[in-house]
This record gives sequence, C-alpha cells and structure tokens, in this order.
Amino acid sequence: MRRNLGDLIYVILVGGLAGLTMLLLLAPTLVVLIISFTAGITLKFPPPGWSTRWYAELLNSAEIIRPAVTSLKVAGLATMGAAILGTAGSLGIARSSHRLARILDALFMSPMVLPAMAFGLSLLMVFNLVGIRLSIATLVLGHIIVCVPFVIRMVGAQLQQLDPQLVNCSLSLGAGRWYTFRRITLPLIRRGIVASCFVAFLSSFDNVPVSLFLADARTEVLPIKLWAILEGSLDVRVAAVSGVIVIATLAGLVLAERLGGLNRQIESR
Amino acid sequence: MAVQRADSRASVDTRELLPALPLAVLFLLSFLVPLLMLIFVSLFRTPQFDEMGADQYVRFLSDGFNLQVLLDTLALGVEVATLTLVLAYPLGLVYVAAGPLARTLITFLILLPLLTSTVVRTFAWIVILGREGIVNSAMLGLGLWHEPARLLYSWGGLVIALAQIQLPLMALPVINSLLRINEDLLKAAKGLGAGRLRVFLTLILPLTMPGAIAGWLLVFAAAVTAFITQTLVGGGRIILMPLYIYQQAMGVQDWPFSAALSLIFTVAVVGIVTLVGTLSRRFMRGVDAA
Repeated sequence: MRRNLGDLIYVILVGGLAGLTMLLLLAPTLVVLIISFTAGITLKFPPPGWSTRWYAELLNSAEIIRPAVTSLKVAGLATMGAAILGTAGSLGIARSSHRLARILDALFMSPMVLPAMAFGLSLLMVFNLVGIRLSIATLVLGHIIVCVPFVIRMVGAQLQQLDPQLVNCSLSLGAGRWYTFRRITLPLIRRGIVASCFVAFLSSFDNVPVSLFLADARTEVLPIKLWAILEGSLDVRVAAVSGVIVIATLAGLVLAERLGGLNRQIESR
Repeated sequence: MAVQRADSRASVDTRELLPALPLAVLFLLSFLVPLLMLIFVSLFRTPQFDEMGADQYVRFLSDGFNLQVLLDTLALGVEVATLTLVLAYPLGLVYVAAGPLARTLITFLILLPLLTSTVVRTFAWIVILGREGIVNSAMLGLGLWHEPARLLYSWGGLVIALAQIQLPLMALPVINSLLRINEDLLKAAKGLGAGRLRVFLTLILPLTMPGAIAGWLLVFAAAVTAFITQTLVGGGRIILMPLYIYQQAMGVQDWPFSAALSLIFTVAVVGIVTLVGTLSRRFMRGVDAA
C-alpha cells in the first residue's frame, strides 16, 4: 500500500516535470511566432492586436536584408567548401588504420572542442599581422573550419558502414579510382553528405564567435546585426526576422529529410 | 625482402591518406598556425608589441576582478548543465514509456530549439522575461505580484534561458542511454518488489550515467561560451569571459591581454571537460568491477 502511494507520487512528479520540460521546449518558438504578428510597437505580451506590419517593415529594411543576404552567401560557400574538403578528408582517414589518420581525425574534430571565440580572435590576429584585409573570403575560411567537424563525423559514419568489398570489386574489375568514387562510394554516402550539409549550413548561418571577429562593416552577417539591434533597443522587427528564420528552417528540415533521411542521422548519434 | 615489403605497405597506407591532404593543409595554415600565434601574441608585455614577457598572465592572476569573471563563467556552466540534467531525465523517462506517435512528437520538440537560430531563441527569452513580458503579465494579471519584477538582466533569468536553449544537447544523449537499458533488469527489480523511485535511483540512474555525463559536458561547454545569450539576457552588468575577451580585443584593442584571456579561458574549459570526463570514466569502471 505504501509502495503504491510512493509510485503514484513518483509518476506524478516525473510526469509533471516532463510536461513542464516539453512546454519549456515549445514555448520560445511559439512565443516568437506569436509576437511577430503583434500590432503594437513593443514586445508586450499578449500582443494588444494583430497585424503583419513588422513583416512589411522588414521588406523596407535594407540594413537587415543586406546582412541576411551576406549570411546566406557565406553559409552557402562555407557549406560547399566544408562538404568538398570534409568528404575528401573523410575518404582519406575514415577507413585507414594509419597512425596519422587518427591524429588527423583529432585535428579535424578539434574546432568542436575548443571555444570558437579563441579561434575567431586568433584568425583575426593572423590576418592583421600578415596584412590580409577582411573580406567575404576570410569570413568563409573561418566558417569552413567550424563546419568541417560535422562533415567529418557524419560522412565518416557512413563510410564506416560501407562494405569495402564493393570498392575493391570495382577497382579489380578495371574501374579507375575516380570512376569508382563517383559510381560506387558517392551514391552510398550521399545521405551523410546531405545531412552534414544541412547541419553545416545552419551552424554557419547561426555562427557568432567567428563572425564576431571576422565580419566587418562590409561583410556584416545576420546574427551579429540582430545582436547589435537588440543590444541597442528591443526592436520588434527582430521578431519578424525570427519568424522568417523559424519557418525557413522547418522547410529546410523537411527538404533535408526528403533528400537524406536527416531523422535517422540525428537518432543514430 | 621482408623489410622491403613492410616498407611498401607503409607507403600504400600513406597514399590512402592523400584525399585528406588539402584539408590537412587548410587546418595547418588557418587553425594550428593561428592558435600558435595566439600563444605568441599573449607573451608580449604591451599592446605596442615592444617587449616579450609573461606580464599578461601575471596581470590576470593579480587582479581579483579577472578571477571573479572566470569563476562566474564556470559557475554559470555548472548551474546551467545541472538544471538541464534535472529537466532531461523526466522527459527521457516519459519518452521511453511513450508510444511511437508520442515519441515522434517529443523528438520534434527536442529538435525544434536545436534547429532554430541562437539569436531567435535568445530573443524569445527577452520576450518572456521582459518588463511587459509573459511572466510579468501573468503574475500581475493573477495579482500575485504588485509590480513587474526584473527578470531580464538577472542571473536567475540567464540560467533558466540558457538551460532551455541548451536542453537538446542533454536530452539526446540521456534518451539514447535510457533506450539502451535492458528491460529485463527493470522487470526483475519490479518483480522483486522495488518501488519506482528505488528502481530509478539504483538502476536507471547508474546505468545512464555515461549519457548524462556526456550531455552535462556538452551543455557546460556550450553555456560558458554562449556570447549572445549571456550578453542579451544577462545584460551589460553581468560580465563573463566571452564578453570580456570581446571587449578587450575589439573595444580596448589590447591584443596581448585578450589573447591571454582566450588562452586561459580555453585551458579552463577544455581542462574541466577532460577532468570530469576522465574522472567519471574511472569512477564507472570501478562500479563495473564491483
């Protein structure tokens, strides 16, 4: 009898906390979407009325659209660079038993462990001391480094599952290395590449610690711009930008799921 | 002959690594060299780079303010990581007990914040904690508070906001290790008359420790470096390492000191992560042996 009571309290406690946690996970995204349709001029919640004025305002805000375009450009280029170099890197080290392969793997994964701000600052110092002017190219370079670990992990995981006999067969039947890569290996690791591109793009688009040091007035990126706006005033236009980002991310998620089965990638981690 | 064969095998192995060469060169030039440069820059005595010496490190250690900033930052990481741990377990237990549909729903809820931008999540907390925000409106509306409380720009607000923002990093590994528990063990414990709380404390918790520690370390590392959330939800009066480094580098333009700050911060974070990881592995090996 006493045990049943104890169990009941346990179930209520766990259930209650889990409910609270789920609410906590959902609420912020919901709150952003709701407040972005406010008719008011402050972040008052609940909104005094409804309108799409802040989305309309956004279309006239060149100072927000320009950084958004820059961010998309940088994220696109960084993703491409990280995907190509990272996939090649994975091909080299994933199945190798060479001692050097393990050292390289640790090196390629290290941007994930080290606080990225130290890396951003150090890259800025090098560019300054060597005399390289900051540009889109230097920003993309920094982003590639922080995106590479995702590609190494996800593509590497797919390569581990690949049956080496398939590649050996193709090679012994006279196909060249490049032909074998294109026709055998690439189709089999496509899912990993697509999923890692999705994650790399998001992390570049969202990157702050590197952009903080490497983006200047001409290469201003969206997260830094939004941060600067919010530091100055609680501008409601940020809510509209957030609404656009949330919806675009969800659309991207559906797309990546169709192309590469993202869900399986995340669950297998 | 044998020597020659061993040699040729080694060269074949090295040639296998060739596709990784471009990336290796890139990392050497734009990752390793900059980090070495950071150490070099931190060893100059003044921002004018005229003389070398360990002055920046002496300066850090001799001023109580610097140490306080570092300790506050690490304390924030510990508090946030521990709060996410408390929130992740009930969620994980419900996930494991739930049917396929509810599981998909919970997975979606966990991934949702992981996929929306950090600035967006931080902005949401400004709306929730603000003077006219949800919490204040609700409390004033219910008549529980008589004037709006200062939740934004407070330590407590920062801890809660960061915990929510980093929760997915904890929930995923915890759920993963909960799913790996052998169900027969739980049935046996129940059959022998153990209550649910006892099953949780003596079986589930120890068995899922590796996942919990992995999640704890991920959240800790993410929380201490969360520049955007720290500055926007914490406000200008709470100075933590990322903001301090940024101010010294970009505001004051004191490169040697900001380089030293970044290195001290990096060593502290990586050191704690390595220490906790190693200690817990050793501790768990002891449990296995017993």
